[in-house]
Amino acid sequence: MRLIFEKSVKDRECVVLPESDIPEYVFKDSRLLRDAPAELPELSELDLVRHYDALSARAYGVDSGFYPLGSCTMKYNPKLNETLAALPGFTDVHPLQNKDSLQGSMEAVFLLTEYLKQITGMDDGTLQPAAGAHGEFTSMLIIKAYFEKNGARTKIIVPDSAHGTNPASAAMAGFSVVNVPSRADGSVDLDALRAAVDGQTAALMLTNPNTLGIFDKNIGEISKIIHGAGGLMYYDGANLNAVMGKIRPGDMGFDIMHVNLHKTFSTPHGGGGPGSGPVLCKRFLSEFLPYPLVGRFEKTSGLPEKPRENKADLNSSDPSFERNFMENKADGGSLKGGSIPHPDRNFLECEADSSPLKDGSFFYDFLPPPKNSIGKVGSFYGNFLVAVKALAYVVALGRRGIKDAAEKAVLNANYMRVLVSEFLDSNTNSACAHESANDSNAQKNTPPPLNSVCMHEFVVSAEKLKHETGVSALDIAKALIDRGIHPPTMYFPLIVHEALMFEPTETESKETIDQAAAALKEIVETAKTNPEKIKRAPLTTPVGRPDEVKAARKPVVAR
Amino acid sequence: MNLKFSATHEWVAIGETPAAVGVTDFAAEQMGDVVFVELPEVGSKIFAGKPFANIESVKAVSEVFSPVTGLVVEVNSALADEPDLINRDAFSAYLVKVETEAYEDGLMTAEEYEKIKK
Repeated sequence: MRLIFEKSVKDRECVVLPESDIPEYVFKDSRLLRDAPAELPELSELDLVRHYDALSARAYGVDSGFYPLGSCTMKYNPKLNETLAALPGFTDVHPLQNKDSLQGSMEAVFLLTEYLKQITGMDDGTLQPAAGAHGEFTSMLIIKAYFEKNGARTKIIVPDSAHGTNPASAAMAGFSVVNVPSRADGSVDLDALRAAVDGQTAALMLTNPNTLGIFDKNIGEISKIIHGAGGLMYYDGANLNAVMGKIRPGDMGFDIMHVNLHKTFSTPHGGGGPGSGPVLCKRFLSEFLPYPLVGRFEKTSGLPEKPRENKADLNSSDPSFERNFMENKADGGSLKGGSIPHPDRNFLECEADSSPLKDGSFFYDFLPPPKNSIGKVGSFYGNFLVAVKALAYVVALGRRGIKDAAEKAVLNANYMRVLVSEFLDSNTNSACAHESANDSNAQKNTPPPLNSVCMHEFVVSAEKLKHETGVSALDIAKALIDRGIHPPTMYFPLIVHEALMFEPTETESKETIDQAAAALKEIVETAKTNPEKIKRAPLTTPVGRPDEVKAARKPVVAR
Repeated sequence: MNLKFSATHEWVAIGETPAAVGVTDFAAEQMGDVVFVELPEVGSKIFAGKPFANIESVKAVSEVFSPVTGLVVEVNSALADEPDLINRDAFSAYLVKVETEAYEDGLMTAEEYEKIKK
């Protein structure tokens, strides 16, 4: 397919504009001017429409078919979210408008933050980070700021089963990364953790359930080890979909975390995004959050009331969670001044405009910035319309729906795991030694994960199949494309050879999962009789197999 | 060339001065197509059992652990333009040559290494 620039014909136009009746303005500073006019494509409206229509026909998304890309939670994005986020009250506003004209938008930010706090068991939060890794990075900056105030610490511990963004975020924030080996089921090796922890340990970065889709039952002990050494616990919210409404990271002992609205809370990924990676934290870290935040004025006390703290409680059926979550409308006042971590500051001075605050109205907190804040990591409230979509999702599901989504996500993953385990095995062979020198010790006494119940995703290995037939995890993934299914995540986590990681999510039907499992089975059977056929896949796509080496080494990114 | 092997899939040429160090064909196969190799500088010291280089493949970035302690006297600069030399012939595509002071404990013969690689 030709690029739109290649289809351009000089002086061809979409729209015929009338003569301009505005006098031409000549810029005085020629440095601001282009030397030559911008090279823009020139097409008729019809050619333009056909170009984008053809492009969209080549795209594949959740709306097109099954998309079991592990760790990405490619759940359906309800159209209701889009409808609500497209309301002019949300789209035609600017954060610097007078606050009286922004109350609805501020309430949306406030409410989503409140609900996220309740779902995660945290005390405060910011919606500013624009993506998951950005949320990780923001959290690392907050942890760094905390230790600049409380005795500098330099190390972040990351298990070798972690998402690759974890060590990257820690390194970007200036920490040195200590890699600890995991057990074969991806869980934390407690002895290795104890050996790695010392007085320089700033934090452990962990996702639970882990990247093999297994809930780490030692999380209480892990927290104890890290907290005992004076370190903090960071929760990578990538896998929150498995546990939301069931157990809260705040109760597992985590101090700070990010959530991915584009995963767990049904907002679009990638090109259809943008993403959003809010950061939630316990009260003692609130002073370091980016600014501004939205607060709600409570007239009764004349000052914002001190917000309720989410007490750590390892009991997953914590009654306060059951009671408080989503009940703000019932009593009209359970959401008290969520983002007001500094009751000692005179909040009226923080106001950008000086009109009086009405009871229950929303205002910008953190203006001017608190002195310990890490500063801004995005503009205002980040990707605001994404937050509106996530809020629509949370409100539509409610407390029971959130829990139900997590349960069905786990059910779907286990159903598919059992189907797939008939022909692909879970042989989590020792990790490639280049990634983990000690894994041969780590995998002792650990059952293969596929034999145990998984959470929202599961990992199988094509290593045996590759050994027997030469057909690799990559080949299976490519062959799935020909069968109308998006490939699963491949070669991750690194501790499993020839890994294929499936996450069906709760929004897929039994029929869809049955079809996908049948397609996989057919691929594996074909691999055993006619491996070359699988190795040639995909045959039905405009592009077959891109040259990944050349793409990595000699990318052509501009014309 | 008399090679010895580490459990983390590196090889070192024994009895040569300086000694060539590389990764095994098994490691290359596991990593997949190599797209970038990050090597230490000539004159730097590397330590047995510690990472000294990074190999980036289409799958992942992997650390390479040194089977020896010593001073790097030469790096294989051909890998900058042709990192896939490692995939083509892992035993010719050495990463560095080292003025060896000590070997890692437990280095294996080819026969022993054959048995542990899986």
